[in-house]
Amino acid sequence: MNVGPHYTLYHPRWYRRRVSVWWWLQKRSYTGFVLRELTSVFVAFFAVVYLWQLRALAQGPDAYAQFLARLKTPLFLTLDTVAFLFVLFHAITWFNLTPKAMVVRARGKRVPDWVIIGSNYAAWLVVSAAVAVVLLRG
Amino acid sequence: MERITPLLWLLFSAGGTVAAFFIPIHLFLTGLAFPLGWLEAPSYESVLRLMGRSPVRLYLFVIISLPLFHWAHRFRYTLYDGLQLKHLTMLIAVLCYGAALLGTAVTAYLLWTIP
Amino acid sequence: MASTIALTVARYRPEREAAPIFQTYDIPFRKDWVVLDGLNHIKDTQDGSLSFRWSCRMGVCGSCGMKVNGTPKLTCATFLSDYLPGPVRVEPLDYFPVVRDLVVDLSDFMRKLRQVKPWIIREEESPADGEYLQTPEQLDTYKQFSMCINCMLCYSACPIYGLEPSFIGPAVIALAQRYNMDSRDQGAAERHKILSEHDGIWQCTFVGECTKVCPKHVDPAGAIQQYKLTSATRWVKSLLLPWSAR
Repeated sequence: MNVGPHYTLYHPRWYRRRVSVWWWLQKRSYTGFVLRELTSVFVAFFAVVYLWQLRALAQGPDAYAQFLARLKTPLFLTLDTVAFLFVLFHAITWFNLTPKAMVVRARGKRVPDWVIIGSNYAAWLVVSAAVAVVLLRG
Repeated sequence: MERITPLLWLLFSAGGTVAAFFIPIHLFLTGLAFPLGWLEAPSYESVLRLMGRSPVRLYLFVIISLPLFHWAHRFRYTLYDGLQLKHLTMLIAVLCYGAALLGTAVTAYLLWTIP
Repeated sequence: MASTIALTVARYRPEREAAPIFQTYDIPFRKDWVVLDGLNHIKDTQDGSLSFRWSCRMGVCGSCGMKVNGTPKLTCATFLSDYLPGPVRVEPLDYFPVVRDLVVDLSDFMRKLRQVKPWIIREEESPADGEYLQTPEQLDTYKQFSMCINCMLCYSACPIYGLEPSFIGPAVIALAQRYNMDSRDQGAAERHKILSEHDGIWQCTFVGECTKVCPKHVDPAGAIQQYKLTSATRWVKSLLLPWSAR
Protein backbone atom coordinates (compact mmCIF):
# COMPACT_ATOMS: atom_id res chain seq x y z
CA MET A 1 0.00 0.00 0.00
CA ASN A 2 1.47 3.35 -0.97
CA VAL A 3 1.06 5.83 1.84
CA GLY A 4 2.71 9.24 2.32
CA PRO A 5 6.09 9.41 4.10
CA HIS A 6 4.62 10.90 7.32
CA TYR A 7 2.08 8.20 8.05
CA THR A 8 3.22 5.13 9.97
CA LEU A 9 0.85 2.30 9.16
CA TYR A 10 2.12 -0.07 11.79
CA HIS A 11 4.42 1.04 14.56
CA PRO A 12 5.59 -1.74 16.87
CA ARG A 13 4.74 -1.31 20.52
CA TRP A 14 8.02 -0.57 22.27
CA TYR A 15 8.57 -1.88 25.77
CA ARG A 16 9.78 0.58 28.40
CA ARG A 17 10.63 -0.69 31.83
CA ARG A 18 9.93 1.67 34.70
CA VAL A 19 12.95 2.31 36.97
CA SER A 20 12.12 1.01 40.44
CA VAL A 21 12.50 3.33 43.42
CA TRP A 22 14.82 0.64 44.83
CA TRP A 23 17.16 0.94 41.83
CA TRP A 24 20.05 1.72 44.15
CA LEU A 25 19.77 -1.65 45.90
CA GLN A 26 19.89 -3.66 42.70
CA LYS A 27 23.61 -3.37 42.09
CA ARG A 28 26.49 -3.25 44.56
CA SER A 29 28.13 -0.32 42.83
CA TYR A 30 24.86 1.65 42.92
CA THR A 31 24.52 1.00 46.66
CA GLY A 32 28.12 2.08 47.20
CA PHE A 33 27.38 5.24 45.27
CA VAL A 34 24.34 6.09 47.43
CA LEU A 35 26.35 5.41 50.61
CA ARG A 36 29.00 7.77 49.30
CA GLU A 37 26.36 10.43 48.71
CA LEU A 38 24.91 9.88 52.17
CA THR A 39 28.29 10.75 53.72
CA SER A 40 27.17 14.33 53.16
CA VAL A 41 24.61 13.87 55.95
CA PHE A 42 27.41 13.11 58.41
CA VAL A 43 29.46 15.99 57.07
CA ALA A 44 26.50 18.21 57.93
CA PHE A 45 26.24 16.46 61.31
CA PHE A 46 29.79 17.55 62.09
CA ALA A 47 29.03 21.12 61.06
CA VAL A 48 25.99 21.17 63.36
CA VAL A 49 27.98 19.72 66.28
CA TYR A 50 30.66 22.39 65.87
CA LEU A 51 27.99 25.06 65.53
CA TRP A 52 26.51 23.83 68.79
CA GLN A 53 29.96 23.88 70.37
CA LEU A 54 30.37 27.51 69.31
CA ARG A 55 27.03 28.33 70.89
CA ALA A 56 28.04 26.60 74.12
CA LEU A 57 31.31 28.55 74.09
CA ALA A 58 29.38 31.79 73.73
CA GLN A 59 27.15 30.94 76.67
CA GLY A 60 30.00 30.51 79.15
CA PRO A 61 32.11 27.83 80.90
CA ASP A 62 29.17 25.98 82.45
CA ALA A 63 27.35 25.60 79.15
CA TYR A 64 30.60 24.47 77.55
CA ALA A 65 31.19 21.88 80.25
CA GLN A 66 27.63 20.65 79.76
CA PHE A 67 28.26 20.36 76.04
CA LEU A 68 31.45 18.36 76.59
CA ALA A 69 29.61 16.10 79.05
CA ARG A 70 26.91 15.44 76.45
CA LEU A 71 29.59 14.32 74.00
CA LYS A 72 30.55 11.60 76.47
CA THR A 73 27.12 9.98 76.48
CA PRO A 74 26.80 6.61 74.68
CA LEU A 75 24.39 8.13 72.18
CA PHE A 76 26.87 10.73 71.02
CA LEU A 77 29.83 8.38 71.15
CA THR A 78 27.95 6.01 68.85
CA LEU A 79 26.83 8.81 66.54
CA ASP A 80 30.34 10.21 66.43
CA THR A 81 31.86 6.83 65.61
CA VAL A 82 29.41 6.24 62.78
CA ALA A 83 29.91 9.80 61.55
CA PHE A 84 33.68 9.44 61.70
CA LEU A 85 33.55 6.28 59.57
CA PHE A 86 31.30 7.94 57.01
CA VAL A 87 33.47 11.07 56.91
CA LEU A 88 36.53 8.87 56.37
CA PHE A 89 34.68 7.20 53.50
CA HIS A 90 33.94 10.64 52.08
CA ALA A 91 37.58 11.70 52.32
CA ILE A 92 38.91 8.54 50.70
CA THR A 93 36.43 8.58 47.81
CA TRP A 94 36.96 12.32 47.36
CA PHE A 95 40.75 12.03 47.13
CA ASN A 96 40.54 9.05 44.81
CA LEU A 97 38.23 10.86 42.42
CA THR A 98 40.07 14.22 42.37
CA PRO A 99 42.34 13.37 39.41
CA LYS A 100 39.25 12.68 37.29
CA ALA A 101 37.99 16.21 37.68
CA MET A 102 41.28 18.04 37.66
CA VAL A 103 43.65 17.10 34.91
CA VAL A 104 47.09 18.51 35.64
CA ARG A 105 49.46 18.75 32.71
CA ALA A 106 53.18 19.11 33.19
CA ARG A 107 55.59 19.42 30.28
CA GLY A 108 52.93 18.36 27.78
CA LYS A 109 51.98 15.11 29.49
CA ARG A 110 49.18 14.40 31.88
CA VAL A 111 50.37 13.93 35.47
CA PRO A 112 49.53 10.31 36.44
CA ASP A 113 46.56 9.80 38.75
CA TRP A 114 48.58 8.20 41.54
CA VAL A 115 50.71 11.32 41.89
CA ILE A 116 47.66 13.48 42.46
CA ILE A 117 46.01 10.98 44.79
CA GLY A 118 49.26 10.51 46.71
CA SER A 119 49.71 14.26 47.11
CA ASN A 120 46.18 14.49 48.45
CA TYR A 121 46.81 11.87 51.11
CA ALA A 122 50.16 13.46 52.02
CA ALA A 123 48.55 16.87 52.39
CA TRP A 124 45.78 15.27 54.46
CA LEU A 125 48.35 13.85 56.89
CA VAL A 126 50.13 17.18 57.20
CA VAL A 127 46.90 19.09 57.74
CA SER A 128 45.59 16.61 60.31
CA ALA A 129 48.87 16.72 62.21
CA ALA A 130 48.83 20.53 62.22
CA VAL A 131 45.26 20.65 63.55
CA ALA A 132 46.06 18.08 66.23
CA VAL A 133 49.13 20.03 67.34
CA VAL A 134 47.16 23.26 67.61
CA LEU A 135 44.32 21.67 69.55
CA LEU A 136 46.53 19.65 71.90
CA ARG A 137 49.04 22.34 72.69
CA GLY A 138 46.18 24.53 73.90
CA MET B 1 18.14 28.14 39.63
CA GLU B 2 19.84 27.10 36.42
CA ARG B 3 21.94 30.24 36.21
CA ILE B 4 23.53 29.69 39.61
CA THR B 5 24.18 25.94 39.16
CA PRO B 6 27.90 26.54 38.53
CA LEU B 7 28.09 28.49 41.79
CA LEU B 8 26.29 25.73 43.69
CA TRP B 9 28.65 23.15 42.22
CA LEU B 10 31.69 25.25 43.18
CA LEU B 11 30.39 25.52 46.74
CA PHE B 12 29.80 21.76 46.76
CA SER B 13 33.35 21.11 45.53
CA ALA B 14 34.95 23.55 47.94
CA GLY B 15 32.87 22.14 50.78
CA GLY B 16 33.79 18.58 49.84
CA THR B 17 37.48 19.42 49.75
CA VAL B 18 37.37 21.20 53.10
CA ALA B 19 35.35 18.33 54.55
CA ALA B 20 37.79 15.73 53.24
CA PHE B 21 40.89 17.46 54.58
CA PHE B 22 39.71 18.90 57.89
CA ILE B 23 36.68 17.08 59.23
CA PRO B 24 38.20 13.64 59.91
CA ILE B 25 40.77 14.93 62.41
CA HIS B 26 38.34 17.34 64.06
CA LEU B 27 35.66 14.69 64.40
CA PHE B 28 38.18 12.18 65.71
CA LEU B 29 39.46 14.54 68.38
CA THR B 30 36.21 16.20 69.44
CA GLY B 31 33.96 13.18 69.04
CA LEU B 32 36.17 10.32 70.17
CA ALA B 33 39.64 11.12 71.56
CA PHE B 34 38.61 13.92 73.93
CA PRO B 35 35.35 12.41 75.31
CA LEU B 36 36.98 8.99 75.75
CA GLY B 37 39.99 10.52 77.45
CA TRP B 38 42.56 9.19 74.99
CA LEU B 39 43.93 12.72 74.64
CA GLU B 40 43.55 15.75 76.85
CA ALA B 41 40.92 18.17 75.66
CA PRO B 42 41.82 21.87 75.65
CA SER B 43 40.29 23.83 78.52
CA TYR B 44 37.59 26.47 78.14
CA GLU B 45 40.15 29.22 78.67
CA SER B 46 42.60 27.90 76.10
CA VAL B 47 39.85 27.51 73.50
CA LEU B 48 38.77 31.11 74.05
CA ARG B 49 42.39 32.15 73.79
CA LEU B 50 42.74 30.32 70.46
CA MET B 51 39.61 32.00 69.22
CA GLY B 52 41.02 35.39 70.10
CA ARG B 53 42.78 35.39 66.76
CA SER B 54 40.75 36.20 63.66
CA PRO B 55 42.42 33.60 61.42
CA VAL B 56 41.06 30.95 63.78
CA ARG B 57 37.55 32.42 63.55
CA LEU B 58 37.80 32.54 59.79
CA TYR B 59 39.01 28.93 59.76
CA LEU B 60 36.06 27.85 61.91
CA PHE B 61 33.66 29.70 59.64
CA VAL B 62 35.09 27.89 56.62
CA ILE B 63 34.98 24.41 58.16
CA ILE B 64 31.38 24.85 59.28
CA SER B 65 29.83 26.79 56.41
CA LEU B 66 31.34 25.15 53.33
CA PRO B 67 30.57 21.59 54.44
CA LEU B 68 26.96 22.67 54.96
CA PHE B 69 26.77 23.77 51.33
CA HIS B 70 28.45 20.51 50.32
CA TRP B 71 25.71 18.61 52.15
CA ALA B 72 22.93 20.78 50.70
CA HIS B 73 23.94 20.15 47.09
CA ARG B 74 24.67 16.46 47.44
CA PHE B 75 21.64 15.67 49.59
CA ARG B 76 19.35 17.54 47.24
CA TYR B 77 20.46 15.36 44.32
CA THR B 78 20.30 12.20 46.43
CA LEU B 79 16.66 12.90 47.32
CA TYR B 80 15.86 13.79 43.74
CA ASP B 81 17.50 10.67 42.23
CA GLY B 82 17.40 8.19 45.07
CA LEU B 83 13.80 8.68 46.09
CA GLN B 84 12.63 9.98 42.71
CA LEU B 85 10.99 12.99 44.29
CA LYS B 86 10.86 14.90 41.02
CA HIS B 87 7.66 16.76 41.77
CA LEU B 88 9.17 18.26 44.94
CA THR B 89 12.37 19.42 43.29
CA MET B 90 11.94 23.17 44.00
CA LEU B 91 10.88 22.55 47.61
CA ILE B 92 13.85 20.24 48.24
CA ALA B 93 16.28 22.75 46.74
CA VAL B 94 14.90 25.60 48.83
CA LEU B 95 14.98 23.53 52.03
CA CYS B 96 18.53 22.28 51.48
CA TYR B 97 20.22 25.49 50.41
CA GLY B 98 18.07 27.43 52.86
CA ALA B 99 19.29 25.27 55.71
CA ALA B 100 22.89 25.79 54.60
CA LEU B 101 22.38 29.55 54.42
CA LEU B 102 20.77 29.55 57.87
CA GLY B 103 23.66 27.56 59.32
CA THR B 104 26.13 29.91 57.70
CA ALA B 105 24.34 32.95 59.11
CA VAL B 106 24.22 31.50 62.64
CA THR B 107 27.91 30.58 62.44
CA ALA B 108 28.85 34.05 61.29
CA TYR B 109 26.78 35.61 64.07
CA LEU B 110 28.32 33.41 66.78
CA LEU B 111 31.87 33.95 65.53
CA TRP B 112 31.28 37.68 65.47
CA THR B 113 29.86 37.91 68.99
CA ILE B 114 31.98 35.47 71.02
CA PRO B 115 34.30 37.61 73.20
CA MET C 1 35.54 -28.91 29.74
CA ALA C 2 31.84 -28.41 29.32
CA SER C 3 30.40 -29.37 25.96
CA THR C 4 27.30 -27.20 26.11
CA ILE C 5 26.29 -24.00 27.82
CA ALA C 6 22.84 -22.46 28.29
CA LEU C 7 21.96 -18.97 27.10
CA THR C 8 18.85 -17.47 28.72
CA VAL C 9 17.78 -14.83 26.25
CA ALA C 10 15.16 -12.13 26.67
CA ARG C 11 12.47 -12.31 24.02
CA TYR C 12 9.96 -9.61 23.27
CA ARG C 13 7.59 -9.87 20.34
CA PRO C 14 5.11 -7.02 20.60
CA GLU C 15 2.60 -8.89 18.46
CA ARG C 16 2.62 -11.71 21.02
CA GLU C 17 3.74 -10.45 24.42
CA ALA C 18 2.98 -7.45 26.57
CA ALA C 19 6.35 -7.69 28.36
CA PRO C 20 9.65 -9.46 27.76
CA ILE C 21 9.95 -13.16 28.65
CA PHE C 22 13.01 -15.39 28.85
CA GLN C 23 13.81 -18.34 26.63
CA THR C 24 16.69 -20.74 27.30
CA TYR C 25 18.76 -22.26 24.54
CA ASP C 26 21.50 -24.87 24.89
CA ILE C 27 24.41 -24.20 22.57
CA PRO C 28 27.73 -25.98 22.08
CA PHE C 29 30.47 -24.55 24.23
CA ARG C 30 33.63 -23.53 22.39
CA LYS C 31 36.56 -22.03 24.24
CA ASP C 32 36.98 -19.24 21.71
CA TRP C 33 33.30 -18.35 21.34
CA VAL C 34 31.88 -15.04 22.43
CA VAL C 35 28.26 -14.37 23.38
CA LEU C 36 27.63 -13.04 19.88
CA ASP C 37 28.78 -16.35 18.40
CA GLY C 38 26.28 -18.07 20.67
CA LEU C 39 23.46 -15.78 19.56
CA ASN C 40 24.32 -16.32 15.91
CA HIS C 41 24.38 -20.07 16.47
CA ILE C 42 20.91 -19.90 17.97
CA LYS C 43 19.64 -17.84 15.07
CA ASP C 44 21.22 -20.12 12.48
CA THR C 45 20.27 -23.49 13.91
CA GLN C 46 17.60 -23.23 16.59
CA ASP C 47 15.41 -20.15 16.37
CA GLY C 48 15.61 -17.91 13.32
CA SER C 49 13.22 -15.42 14.87
CA LEU C 50 15.75 -14.15 17.42
CA SER C 51 16.51 -10.49 16.62
CA PHE C 52 19.68 -8.65 17.60
CA ARG C 53 22.12 -6.12 16.19
CA TRP C 54 25.74 -6.82 15.31
CA SER C 55 28.20 -5.85 12.62
CA CYS C 56 31.98 -5.84 12.84
CA ARG C 57 32.26 -8.57 15.52
CA MET C 58 35.54 -7.08 16.63
CA GLY C 59 34.65 -4.28 19.03
CA VAL C 60 34.85 -1.19 16.83
CA CYS C 61 31.36 -0.60 15.49
CA GLY C 62 29.38 -0.41 18.73
CA SER C 63 26.35 -2.32 17.41
CA CYS C 64 26.28 -5.42 19.61
CA GLY C 65 25.82 -3.85 23.03
CA MET C 66 23.61 -5.93 25.36
CA LYS C 67 23.36 -6.83 29.02
CA VAL C 68 25.20 -10.06 29.87
CA ASN C 69 24.38 -11.29 33.38
CA GLY C 70 23.20 -7.82 34.28
CA THR C 71 26.23 -5.88 33.04
CA PRO C 72 26.25 -3.92 29.78
CA LYS C 73 28.85 -5.44 27.47
CA LEU C 74 29.81 -5.75 23.84
CA THR C 75 28.69 -9.27 23.06
CA CYS C 76 31.44 -9.65 20.46
CA ALA C 77 34.03 -9.09 23.18
CA THR C 78 32.50 -11.18 25.97
CA PHE C 79 33.77 -14.74 26.12
CA LEU C 80 31.43 -17.58 27.06
CA SER C 81 34.29 -19.23 28.94
CA ASP C 82 34.15 -16.42 31.52
CA TYR C 83 30.60 -17.44 32.41
CA LEU C 84 31.00 -21.19 32.90
CA PRO C 85 29.10 -23.22 33.85
CA GLY C 86 26.31 -20.84 32.87
CA PRO C 87 23.51 -20.14 32.22
CA VAL C 88 24.35 -16.82 30.64
CA ARG C 89 21.55 -14.25 30.81
CA VAL C 90 21.37 -11.98 27.75
CA GLU C 91 19.06 -8.98 27.81
CA PRO C 92 18.67 -5.77 25.81
CA LEU C 93 20.38 -2.61 27.08
CA ASP C 94 18.65 -0.88 29.99
CA TYR C 95 16.93 2.50 29.79
CA PHE C 96 16.20 2.33 26.07
CA PRO C 97 12.81 1.28 24.69
CA VAL C 98 12.91 -2.33 23.51
CA VAL C 99 11.76 -2.68 19.92
CA ARG C 100 12.03 -6.44 19.64
CA ASP C 101 13.98 -9.16 21.48
CA LEU C 102 17.44 -7.68 22.00
CA VAL C 103 17.02 -4.65 19.75
CA VAL C 104 16.57 -1.23 21.38
CA ASP C 105 15.70 2.13 19.93
CA LEU C 106 18.61 4.57 19.93
CA SER C 107 16.97 7.63 18.39
CA ASP C 108 17.13 9.52 21.70
CA PHE C 109 20.90 9.28 21.68
CA MET C 110 21.13 10.22 17.99
CA ARG C 111 19.09 13.33 18.61
CA LYS C 112 21.19 14.38 21.60
CA LEU C 113 24.46 13.74 19.76
CA ARG C 114 23.45 16.13 16.99
CA GLN C 115 22.66 18.81 19.54
CA VAL C 116 26.26 19.11 20.73
CA LYS C 117 27.58 19.56 17.17
CA PRO C 118 30.20 16.80 17.18
CA TRP C 119 32.31 18.23 14.37
CA ILE C 120 35.10 20.79 14.02
CA ILE C 121 33.59 24.26 14.14
CA ARG C 122 35.71 27.04 12.73
CA GLU C 123 35.20 30.66 11.78
CA GLU C 124 37.07 30.21 8.50
CA GLU C 125 37.14 26.81 6.87
CA SER C 126 40.59 26.10 5.47
CA PRO C 127 43.75 27.36 7.18
CA ALA C 128 46.03 29.74 5.36
CA ASP C 129 48.81 27.28 4.58
CA GLY C 130 46.71 24.32 3.47
CA GLU C 131 46.53 21.97 6.47
CA TYR C 132 45.92 22.00 10.21
CA LEU C 133 49.03 21.40 12.28
CA GLN C 134 48.71 19.63 15.60
CA THR C 135 51.45 18.54 17.98
CA PRO C 136 51.35 15.14 19.72
CA GLU C 137 50.74 16.97 23.01
CA GLN C 138 47.68 18.70 21.55
CA LEU C 139 46.40 15.37 20.25
CA ASP C 140 46.92 13.83 23.67
CA THR C 141 44.48 16.23 25.33
CA TYR C 142 41.45 14.84 23.49
CA LYS C 143 42.52 11.51 22.00
CA GLN C 144 41.00 9.41 24.77
CA PHE C 145 37.55 10.94 24.19
CA SER C 146 37.79 10.31 20.44
CA MET C 147 37.83 6.56 21.04
CA CYS C 148 34.05 6.46 21.59
CA ILE C 149 32.28 3.97 19.31
CA ASN C 150 28.75 5.05 20.29
CA CYS C 151 27.96 1.65 21.72
CA MET C 152 25.63 3.07 24.40
CA LEU C 153 26.89 0.81 27.20
CA CYS C 154 27.51 3.95 29.26
CA TYR C 155 23.88 5.08 28.92
CA SER C 156 22.78 1.64 29.96
CA ALA C 157 24.95 1.79 33.07
CA CYS C 158 24.08 5.34 34.10
CA PRO C 159 21.30 5.33 36.72
CA ILE C 160 20.74 9.05 36.17
CA TYR C 161 19.85 8.40 32.55
CA GLY C 162 17.43 5.77 33.71
CA LEU C 163 15.82 8.11 36.25
CA GLU C 164 15.91 11.20 34.04
CA PRO C 165 15.65 10.27 30.34
CA SER C 166 16.14 13.90 29.35
CA PHE C 167 19.73 13.78 30.70
CA ILE C 168 22.02 14.37 27.77
CA GLY C 169 24.22 11.45 28.77
CA PRO C 170 27.87 10.41 29.15
CA ALA C 171 28.86 9.61 25.56
CA VAL C 172 27.47 12.88 24.21
CA ILE C 173 29.35 14.94 26.78
CA ALA C 174 32.56 12.99 26.17
CA LEU C 175 32.22 13.58 22.44
CA ALA C 176 31.50 17.27 22.98
CA GLN C 177 34.67 17.42 25.07
CA ARG C 178 36.57 15.62 22.32
CA TYR C 179 35.81 18.55 20.07
CA ASN C 180 36.11 21.24 22.74
CA MET C 181 39.65 20.11 23.55
CA ASP C 182 40.68 19.75 19.91
CA SER C 183 43.09 22.55 19.07
CA ARG C 184 41.54 22.89 15.61
CA ASP C 185 38.08 23.55 17.00
CA GLN C 186 36.64 26.98 17.80
CA GLY C 187 33.13 25.94 18.78
CA ALA C 188 33.37 25.59 22.58
CA ALA C 189 31.04 28.54 23.14
CA GLU C 190 28.35 27.06 20.91
CA ARG C 191 28.46 23.73 22.68
CA HIS C 192 28.49 25.37 26.08
CA LYS C 193 24.89 26.46 25.73
CA ILE C 194 23.45 22.97 25.43
CA LEU C 195 25.92 21.38 27.85
CA SER C 196 25.26 23.84 30.66
CA GLU C 197 21.50 23.39 30.60
CA HIS C 198 19.74 21.63 33.43
CA ASP C 199 19.70 18.36 31.47
CA GLY C 200 23.32 18.77 30.49
CA ILE C 201 26.35 18.15 32.66
CA TRP C 202 24.70 19.29 35.90
CA GLN C 203 22.44 16.24 36.09
CA CYS C 204 25.50 14.06 36.50
CA THR C 205 26.35 13.12 40.07
CA PHE C 206 29.56 11.27 39.23
CA VAL C 207 28.29 7.76 39.85
CA GLY C 208 31.13 6.61 37.62
CA GLU C 209 29.39 3.54 36.19
CA CYS C 210 29.77 4.85 32.66
CA THR C 211 33.55 4.76 32.86
CA LYS C 212 33.44 1.30 34.39
CA VAL C 213 31.57 -0.28 31.48
CA CYS C 214 33.14 1.62 28.61
CA PRO C 215 34.85 -0.93 26.34
CA LYS C 216 37.16 1.68 24.78
CA HIS C 217 38.35 3.32 28.03
CA VAL C 218 36.99 6.70 27.02
CA ASP C 219 36.37 7.69 30.67
CA PRO C 220 33.19 9.72 30.07
CA ALA C 221 32.86 10.38 33.82
CA GLY C 222 36.22 12.14 33.75
CA ALA C 223 35.16 14.16 30.71
CA ILE C 224 32.02 15.29 32.49
CA GLN C 225 33.77 16.32 35.69
CA GLN C 226 36.42 18.19 33.71
CA TYR C 227 33.74 20.03 31.83
CA LYS C 228 31.96 20.91 35.09
CA LEU C 229 35.16 22.59 36.21
CA THR C 230 35.58 24.33 32.85
CA SER C 231 31.99 25.53 32.90
CA ALA C 232 32.24 26.76 36.50
CA THR C 233 35.49 28.60 35.74
CA ARG C 234 33.87 30.16 32.71
CA TRP C 235 30.93 31.24 34.84
CA VAL C 236 33.20 32.89 37.42
CA LYS C 237 35.10 34.63 34.64
CA SER C 238 31.89 35.93 33.13
CA LEU C 239 30.96 37.38 36.52
CA LEU C 240 34.29 38.99 37.25
CA LEU C 241 35.24 39.98 33.71
CA PRO C 242 31.97 40.47 31.86
CA TRP C 243 33.65 42.31 29.04
CA SER C 244 35.81 39.42 27.91
CA ALA C 245 33.80 37.66 25.25
CA ARG C 246 34.72 34.04 24.78
